[in-house]
Amino acid sequence: MFHIYCPYCEELREEEEFHPKGQAHIARPEEPDTCSDEEWGDYLFFRDNPRGIHHEMWLHAVGCRKFFNITRNTVSYEILETYKMGEQPTITAEHLAREEKNAREEKTNNAQVAEGGQQTVGASDAAVASVKGAQA
Amino acid sequence: MSNSVHVYDARTDHATVTAESPLAYSFQRSGMPAPGDASGEESRAVIGERAFLGHLILRGGAIVLDEALREVLGIGLPGRPNSLTVDADGQRSVQWLSPDEWLLIVPGDETFGLETRLRAHLGGAHVAIVDVSAGQTLIELSGEAAHEVLMKSTVYDVDPHTFTVGKGVTTLFAKTSVILRRPDASRWELIVRRSFADYVYRWLLDAGEEYGIGVARESRHEPQ
Repeated sequence: MFHIYCPYCEELREEEEFHPKGQAHIARPEEPDTCSDEEWGDYLFFRDNPRGIHHEMWLHAVGCRKFFNITRNTVSYEILETYKMGEQPTITAEHLAREEKNAREEKTNNAQVAEGGQQTVGASDAAVASVKGAQA
Repeated sequence: MSNSVHVYDARTDHATVTAESPLAYSFQRSGMPAPGDASGEESRAVIGERAFLGHLILRGGAIVLDEALREVLGIGLPGRPNSLTVDADGQRSVQWLSPDEWLLIVPGDETFGLETRLRAHLGGAHVAIVDVSAGQTLIELSGEAAHEVLMKSTVYDVDPHTFTVGKGVTTLFAKTSVILRRPDASRWELIVRRSFADYVYRWLLDAGEEYGIGVARESRHEPQ
């Protein structure tokens, strides 16, 4: 039992009201008649199964009945952000990797300042907490 | 094209068929404990059906619908999500259901005329108006323990300080879905699907038993 922020209702709602609807941002081939079978097959049947950041479509089934997107961590189940259909995520795997890399570089540059045992994911957590729809 | 839409007056006022509210059978089978009946004490929760109201679903762009509604009915669409606008005498209301969908509730005998006038005013605009009056019914809930009955039934936060007057949401209620709203400080309204009306009614009787729940007889809006 937890709450999910619906970007259309603009408030946190009970998880029971929502349904997951699979991977988001799947682009339909622009020319279905001329694209290769492999391209069409990938579009229809093949889905990502990442360890970590995943962008998913969810449906606010008992509520406004709109589809929207969720960026979710498949390891911790943490929901990093929710955003409307047609919008692009502000948090992506690349974005987090870059932040982590920056944090690591910072740490080596300021080896004297950094405290021992500091975790590099700290930086991304701070970014995550500031995003609308972040969950505790 | 608007002239390709067939609009029917679904009311049976002038027909020979007797109209029965969605809860007519439930009242017979599950009973209607009168308020204050059970223990001789005052009922802390009272429910009552307001049947035969006109329910219209409006879909389309907010701006064009708002303009038409202001012109025809004198009230505007609620702009914010999960909000409700009620007219001066409390008989007509518009509720936000989703970014392009609103529920308009008016006295039953006004439904057809209103739909016709709205359609005429909207002309060829890209909107949909659907009369769903027969598909759902409105249950009123009042009394000092009203929100306690709701707290037993729904996961939504119905604390009267959080769920303020003028708010309305679609949410889970006793394993079914319901449109829950608060038109004024004294009462709550539940809009339930006709096929779930009996279930919700019996659930409310059961949930409200400890508050001595009573059922108010309806005196308004009943067709002859």
